[in-house]
Amino acid sequence: MPEIAVLVKRVPDTNAKIALSGDRVDLSAVKWVMSPYDEFALEAAMMHKESKGGTVTAITLGAPDCDKVLKDAKAIGVDRIVRVWDDSWSDLDSNQVQSALVSTLKELSTEVVYCGKSAADTGASSTGPGVAERMGWASVSNIIGIEFEDAGVEVLIPRSVGNARTGVSLPAVISCDKGFCKPRKPNVKGIMMAKRAQVEVMGANIPTPSINILSHTPPPQKAPGQKFEGAENVPTVVAALRNDANVI
Amino acid sequence: MIEMIVIAETKDGIISPVTSELVSVATALGGNATVIVPGVNDTAATSGAAISGVSKVIACVGEQFSNYDAAAWAAAIDACAPAGVIICAATENGKDLASRLAARRAVSVVQDVVAIDGGVLTSPIYSGKAMQNVSLHGDAVVSIRANTFSPSSDGGNAEISVVNQSADLKTAVREMIAKASKRLDVAEADIIISGGRGMQDPANFAHLERVADTLGAAVGASRAAVDAWEEISHSMQVGQTGKTVNPSLYIAVGISGAIQHLAGMRTSKYIVAINKDAEAPIFQHADYGIVANWQDALPILESELKALLG
Repeated sequence: MPEIAVLVKRVPDTNAKIALSGDRVDLSAVKWVMSPYDEFALEAAMMHKESKGGTVTAITLGAPDCDKVLKDAKAIGVDRIVRVWDDSWSDLDSNQVQSALVSTLKELSTEVVYCGKSAADTGASSTGPGVAERMGWASVSNIIGIEFEDAGVEVLIPRSVGNARTGVSLPAVISCDKGFCKPRKPNVKGIMMAKRAQVEVMGANIPTPSINILSHTPPPQKAPGQKFEGAENVPTVVAALRNDANVI
Repeated sequence: MIEMIVIAETKDGIISPVTSELVSVATALGGNATVIVPGVNDTAATSGAAISGVSKVIACVGEQFSNYDAAAWAAAIDACAPAGVIICAATENGKDLASRLAARRAVSVVQDVVAIDGGVLTSPIYSGKAMQNVSLHGDAVVSIRANTFSPSSDGGNAEISVVNQSADLKTAVREMIAKASKRLDVAEADIIISGGRGMQDPANFAHLERVADTLGAAVGASRAAVDAWEEISHSMQVGQTGKTVNPSLYIAVGISGAIQHLAGMRTSKYIVAINKDAEAPIFQHADYGIVANWQDALPILESELKALLG
């Protein structure tokens, strides 16, 4: 019966405005949520357990204020909740993040890891495949369908020519797109259980940083455009796209 | 000087244009590029040698390159590539490979770079609501957004070496299920026309498809449209929880311009918005805004484009 892990991350709500204070983003006023794709990864992990048995551990990396996403996962029904952190850490780069997660996954004897295809904050999509490489495992990214088999899973991966029905033997990391399952909602019993649940905190030895975050800046602003009233102006715009913009 | 290694993107045995953009990034970061061209044979390598700024081309040849397998691709490419800064295209597979290569070498990866100034690399975070500026210390892997950097010109004449490098597949493609529609994917299209809830009914997307056919464009949708209508597939969704696109032309029809949607398309070179609500936020981001019902505007758009493009 597989030891299943799901990686979840606390991110600002995707509808949140991101403010800057000096040369850093100011997230003091945003509403925090579990990264949207992680909800599908969590559902896939729960489906895997229901199909093949085993245990599901939800793992996040972050300071104590990230406990909420673990409690949310607990309310859905995961068995264990683990937060990877050391108070001396800040602004970790991908090499540090992955090293820390790999150390935890090894400690938990994990055999399959589910994660979202990207986190809504960095949008980098680095963690899943990076963790797989460090573990020496297979990985499949952006899956849009999954079936559970005795020694692995069969996933559907979108490719430019169509969808590839792909067999993956465990151990593996599976990064999930949305849409292939409906993440369940917690019930009252789950929420009560989650309140009492203990977050296990694990540290790790991590390498020194190799990426320095120098600053955050606002996105480049476009020059104001032209606005026309009425559909009769469509030919004017088409002509501009042809003659000024050279895009058609 | 730090070695720059460019991983070429190929499609159907031909080097994709983005590869020249990656070479110009290598130059901007201060070095001549060694270009690795992965493939089942070495036919694509010749066009890599013709890009100016390339000092050397390595055709990395193996059966594993017939389908994307993250582990096998990373193992084979890593074995062919010297130490240094690796530069990939920020496509779905390119970012996946970049993550694998960085992890394999125990270095960090910086994804979705859209600007380079001296040693400072800029990437969008929070889906473009802010930018993050970083510096590299030592070797790293970076992925570069296509359509952002001007390509390096032709005129190079680099030496090509062929390395046969097989690697074990960790996944097995059992069946390729062909797409039901031959329509372009929004992630690959240079022109996109998207519809939102303002289209009122999913059947009305047929009007967008007719314009798309005239332009050779892909059809996209806002999250509101995808959530509301089963007929509109998630694969069409442009936005923070859909696809991030960077086309030359983006036409938004009946889309109000929620921050979620803007996050996925704000870097498009030209944005046209058609919306009956003159106050819709999308107009603040449009190069050309047309305040009109789509029912009035789309037939004119279609006939104008047909007249122009045949």
